[in-house]
Amino acid sequence: MRKELISDATLVSSYIKGDESSLEILIKRHKQRIYSFIYSKVYDRDVAEDIFQDAFIKVIKTLKKGTYNEEGKFLPWVMRISHNLIIDYFRKSNRMPKFDNGGEFSIFSVLSDNSLNAEKALIKDQVETDVRRLIDELPEDQKEVILMRMYNDMSFKEISERTGVSINTALGRMRYALINMRKIIDKHNIILTN
Amino acid sequence: MAKLYSKQPKKNINLNPKDETISFILNYSKALSVINYKEMKFEALQN
Repeated sequence: MRKELISDATLVSSYIKGDESSLEILIKRHKQRIYSFIYSKVYDRDVAEDIFQDAFIKVIKTLKKGTYNEEGKFLPWVMRISHNLIIDYFRKSNRMPKFDNGGEFSIFSVLSDNSLNAEKALIKDQVETDVRRLIDELPEDQKEVILMRMYNDMSFKEISERTGVSINTALGRMRYALINMRKIIDKHNIILTN
Repeated sequence: MAKLYSKQPKKNINLNPKDETISFILNYSKALSVINYKEMKFEALQN
């Protein structure tokens, strides 16, 4: 009972002076509120334990370094540290608890999002622009075949009819177009990957 | 009677961290010492 009478501020200052047992009292006094607060945000016992532990490691470091200056407001201070660590956790894991499936089966573990993220979309755009510029470098007859085949999705039969050459010539132009594009890529060390 | 679609308020959660976590923190605190040298602070963990 006597322990409860000692204020947080007193305990903090005696801990700073080297009394390790003060920290124990502080933790025991506030652990439930802090841990429950963390758990109410992350809904995962293990993650909550980790964040609780990291929060107190921060508390200990700050107190031992003598950089603590919020005497009398120990609990709000630890809560603020925990809150920041929770935000860090969500930033790291790149997800927010938007859905609650009751824990057993989550449809979201089966469904996946195949759409590209912003970075990959940018790279894809860049690669496509580069390929388009390479095509523009090709001789006119090869360029024509590539555009019809790859961009307009025409068959070689349609291409031969449209350009007035035989199918074999169209196939040959396609082949040379690809060989030439590879040559340009090798020559200029162009990297086309996503 | 009209249905209530609002979510039931979540029950108050009263949970405690594991004893191992608490004991880890206390041991960490005992092992950590901060050495002050001029303007610099060094952390030292002694197990």
